[in-house]
Amino acid sequence: MVEFALPANSRVQPGKSHKAPAGAKNVKVFKIYRYDPDSGANPRLDSYEIDLDACGPMVLDALLKIKNEIDSSLTFRRSCREGICGSCAMNIDGTNTLACLKPIEDIKGEAAIYPLPHMPVVKDLIPDLTLPYAQLASVKPWMQTQSPTPPDGERLQSPEEREKLDGLWECILCFCCQTSCPSYWWNGDRYLGPAVLLQAARWIHDSRDEMTGERLDALEDSFKLYRCHTIMNCTKTCPKGLNPAKAIGSIKQKLLERSV
Amino acid sequence: MTLRSPIGRARGLGSAKNGLAHHWGIIVTSVGLIPLSLWFVVSVKGLAGMDYAAFKAWMGQGSHASLMIVTLLLTVYHAVLGLTMVIEDYVACEAKKVVGLIATKLIGAILAVGMTVSILKVAVGG
Repeated sequence: MVEFALPANSRVQPGKSHKAPAGAKNVKVFKIYRYDPDSGANPRLDSYEIDLDACGPMVLDALLKIKNEIDSSLTFRRSCREGICGSCAMNIDGTNTLACLKPIEDIKGEAAIYPLPHMPVVKDLIPDLTLPYAQLASVKPWMQTQSPTPPDGERLQSPEEREKLDGLWECILCFCCQTSCPSYWWNGDRYLGPAVLLQAARWIHDSRDEMTGERLDALEDSFKLYRCHTIMNCTKTCPKGLNPAKAIGSIKQKLLERSV
Repeated sequence: MTLRSPIGRARGLGSAKNGLAHHWGIIVTSVGLIPLSLWFVVSVKGLAGMDYAAFKAWMGQGSHASLMIVTLLLTVYHAVLGLTMVIEDYVACEAKKVVGLIATKLIGAILAVGMTVSILKVAVGG
């Protein structure tokens, strides 16, 4: 059966506590998941007291402050710091989101920060995303055509056809939705997950793509596609405001269209 | 331990080309059971307090027996589809999963036949 409890060596223990500097008046506590697989020790939850008067407004600012000024061993991914690269996806205050887009002031009380759920942890806040990346590659997220490239080098699309891609092309592949989905937790080895299926939908609905049938063939599977039970965690958590559940529904609708 | 490549794991055994029938079955039975369930509740309420002879006379009407059989068959089919989904979701052990899926379908078939025979027995039996 599905394992609902963490194995003994994965249970999170209380960790180190880092106090705020003397004189700090606007103190916020950040409880951050720490894990180093090389140490052989259980994960722990370190506590950092941050003076918000000397810190930027976003959670990523606090993480950078901790890494730069308090504990350089804290490990996390980050790059663009403006919600475009998707690198700093993590579980903040119980919700998967981007640290760079999450205002500290939106978090009541202590700020709990964990890596994206239910993925192997490389270190601290860095999940191993090898499998979702491979699943993304498996749906061939690029244009596939049969006809030769037009002489002018462009494949045209009407404004109406282009509009069908709105809500799909904006995905930044942070995998917040993927790792928030209970179906992906239980059957992640076979279910493609919301982020990957949204990408699949992006190409299924692209009027320039000429392999729609083959794409639908590849998805018509009770595990690859139909593990989606419209739980909607994906839509609720998407930091870009997209609707992966709707995209998955549109794939199911396409499959239905071609069979009835 | 496996040294299989990530893309090999992701592609797995490929598409089984199934799932649509199950999905469509859930939708059709759900939609069908909305009016049938309402009819069933209203009918049962109307039958309250009747003796067996009156119930037998009610069930003896072709439309009542037919609707009752359709309601029960759709309910059983819907339940089998739902349970199949739950087993596929939560049972990770392949052997237990196969046993569960077979048992679900067999029990569903037995219930469907048993209930149909029971209704017919009341409706047209002596």
